[in-house]
Amino acid sequence: MKPFTFSMGGEAGYGIASTSLNFSKLAMRSGYSCYTYLEYPSLIRGGHNVFFTTFSKEKISGPYKTIDFLVALNQETIDRHIENMSKGSMVMHDSAQKLNLPTGKSLHYVDIPFMSLARSLGAILLRDVVALGAAIALLDGDLKILDGIIKEEFAKKGEAAIKRNFEAAQAGFDYAKKYFSLAVKPILTPTKSTKKMIINGNEAVAFGALAGGMQFSAIYPMTPTSNILHVLAPLQEEYKFIYKQPEDEISAINMAIGASFAGARSMVATSGGGFCLMTEAFGLAGMTETPIVVIEGMRGAPATGLPTWTEQGDLRFILHAHQGEFPRIVLAPGDAEEAFHMTMKAFNLADKYQTPVVVLIDKLVCESFQSFAPLDSSKFKIDQGKITYDVIRNYQRYALSSDGISLRAPAGTGNHVMGNSDEHDTYGYSTEEIETRNAQMKKRMTKLTTCAKKELIEPKLYGPKNAELTVVGWGTTKGAVLETLKQLPKVNFLHLNWISPFPADSVAKHLKKAKKIVNVELNYSGQLGGLIAEKTGIKIADNILKFDGRPFFPEELVVELSKRL
Amino acid sequence: MTKTTEELLTPVNCNWCTGCGNFGIWTAFKKAAVEKGWDNHNTALVAGIGCHGHILNFLNLSSFEGLHGRAIPVASGIKLANHKLNVFVFTGDGDCLSEGGNHFIHAARRNQNITVILHDNAIYGLTTGQTSPRSPKGFVSKSTPFGNIEEPLNPIQLAMAAGATFVARAYEGDIEHLKEIVIRANAHRGFAVIDVLQPCVTFNKLYTHIFYQENIYKLGREHDASKKPAALQKAMEWGLKKIPVGVIYESKAPSYEEQIPLLKSGSLVSNKIKKRDLTKLFSKYV
Ligand SMILES: Cc1ncc(C[n+]2csc(CCOP(=O)(O)OP(=O)(O)O)c2C)c(N)n1
Ligand code: SF4
Repeated sequence: MKPFTFSMGGEAGYGIASTSLNFSKLAMRSGYSCYTYLEYPSLIRGGHNVFFTTFSKEKISGPYKTIDFLVALNQETIDRHIENMSKGSMVMHDSAQKLNLPTGKSLHYVDIPFMSLARSLGAILLRDVVALGAAIALLDGDLKILDGIIKEEFAKKGEAAIKRNFEAAQAGFDYAKKYFSLAVKPILTPTKSTKKMIINGNEAVAFGALAGGMQFSAIYPMTPTSNILHVLAPLQEEYKFIYKQPEDEISAINMAIGASFAGARSMVATSGGGFCLMTEAFGLAGMTETPIVVIEGMRGAPATGLPTWTEQGDLRFILHAHQGEFPRIVLAPGDAEEAFHMTMKAFNLADKYQTPVVVLIDKLVCESFQSFAPLDSSKFKIDQGKITYDVIRNYQRYALSSDGISLRAPAGTGNHVMGNSDEHDTYGYSTEEIETRNAQMKKRMTKLTTCAKKELIEPKLYGPKNAELTVVGWGTTKGAVLETLKQLPKVNFLHLNWISPFPADSVAKHLKKAKKIVNVELNYSGQLGGLIAEKTGIKIADNILKFDGRPFFPEELVVELSKRL
Repeated sequence: MTKTTEELLTPVNCNWCTGCGNFGIWTAFKKAAVEKGWDNHNTALVAGIGCHGHILNFLNLSSFEGLHGRAIPVASGIKLANHKLNVFVFTGDGDCLSEGGNHFIHAARRNQNITVILHDNAIYGLTTGQTSPRSPKGFVSKSTPFGNIEEPLNPIQLAMAAGATFVARAYEGDIEHLKEIVIRANAHRGFAVIDVLQPCVTFNKLYTHIFYQENIYKLGREHDASKKPAALQKAMEWGLKKIPVGVIYESKAPSYEEQIPLLKSGSLVSNKIKKRDLTKLFSKYV
């Protein structure tokens, strides 16, 4: 089945985001794999909100631009998206809104009075639900599946709310069946499939943290990672951890460091701007060898930038933030599933290497909903590395060792434990002596070599082994490139999700074999390309770069890559 | 249990200037620790960056010397992770009121059960003598060669306004008095601030030992520390013969930690780190 993209757009404040999740669930429960991408401005009311759910029987990994069915709840939806409609596709609107509908394109307009139907049911806010009901009818979906979703969504609000939403969906459904029965296409027809779950990257990170034994999190709200705290905060009692909203990001990371010093698995989550405030304590964690996990969700930058849009502009920032040098581990999951596994792993890595670990994601991974086989953590085991809770004679927090890792004892265990931001000796006392400085610096940096030897997971090569063209990318571009590969069988894709320590050998090995290479990134200067050159000596001359806040879409990549074949 | 002050010593020699007010704070703290049995099982110390922060090198108690201005949030984290610990913050007036002012206000507002010992020397010591938020108007220093134009901050008032529930002032030269106040502050359940008048003999030629000895007076029975308006009135007093020392304000309010239901059954870190089963949670996402 060709991927089918359903889209709905309207002004902010009408619950388009929750409708998008409902539609995604509907597609998943009808037996399809799906991916939902959302666009919205940094406003609560008045701006333009739109979602795109692409679904298919085959796995869908990224967002599509071409729309096959559009629900227009306002003029802006028409103006912005009509140009991306596929031939012969359907546009649902309400003629009472008197939208200016372009003619000429072979589009099929379907007029559903969702405004008056919603009003007759008592609330204009129900119009999304009416529209959804009508869309289900036109796509040959099963309304009962939506009823089930509504029931879960409004369980807390009570029977009356459930009933109203049922009625709204039914009204839309009935109207479409009655007046447009000839337009019905078997697109969303329920079909059998394996069990799936639907999550976005923020949820995946929160789940990864929970599964990974997180005990303390301090998160100051910032798009696109705020949802991590929204997921975590209500779960604290049940899962026995603390979420704290601090006064700022400086406090957040220092609190996390304090909690970790006392023995709690700790994390923070933010975006680039918040991470700017964290950089001083980021290095403090490195210097004091305090394990912490930092989640950084990139958005358009610099400064406040494009708050609700995406970018991969922070790669170099994360790699170099803070003065001087210390070991940092940087992971860059390419989708929610990877984000789940890598967040779990990040907690182990932080403990084992006693240093900060960054999970670098972006708005697309954070906020896009994707269906996956149920997340499976059965292979994961908690590993705290070298740690003791016993009283050790002559305990030395920063004792030298061949792998660079010392025995960690949390404060409160009876040992004299010193965390010291100043250069320190093996006990933690401040010192400026040459030998001690050299020994401690080497010890810290050795941890990264140890980590590279023991942990590093090589980048994955997707597609054929021998290809005409090799695409290189990291993190979030995975989805769009994988979708592109479906159409270009002569292209393969080297996806990096482990950035520091850098997998130089395997990247070099793959790239030396490649016939032609193109680097694909969501930033202005091709930061990964630079990093690859630095680490492997291989200079990739060809780049496809984008920094307009929008993700890559397979439609544009197919065009770009085809030029190179 | 710490039994003697000798047990609290470390191999590191004190490096404060001779006559520095930090010695008094160090001595008073050691005495309090011996009296109350503060040790590596039950106590954690945090300091900022400044001359004051060196104190951690001279105490055989678990400690974290963090960043300039950021001692309080580290202490907050320690306390949330293990609220059974006595948590002390040693901070300077630059550290606490300038670089870390935001943290000071918010920790007070949260009423976390932490004791903040503010080494108030009204100068930046470690960076060799610039004006601090405690330096008086007109103060001449390396950064204000023509005299300080700004008004100083009053940490007592600030702490009270922000919601601290125990606010005291002490002079480091009166070791017994300071020790008693440190013990009381730690026993207090909530955010406790002690503004310690700490002469910097090298860079602050105004607020000297003699100056404080001549101008402080101890609050007597007539001062009711539980009455906020009266206490605020006292907090505003500062001048010749008019620097009150003692507990200025003390009130009862639940501490932050007391209000977290999860901590009723034990500290956060008393729960073993373990992988959590999310089957139940995942059922909402299918
Ligand atoms: C981010 C940062 N800015 C500046 C400094 C330099 N610095 C170190 S201590 C200090 C001020 C010290 O004054 P105070 O906190 O009153 O402590 P004191 O030395 O007087 O005890 C400054 C500005 C620093 N270490 N870090
Ligand atoms: S500079 Fe001042 S505060 Fe610092 S040690 Fe010397 S006297 Fe004490």
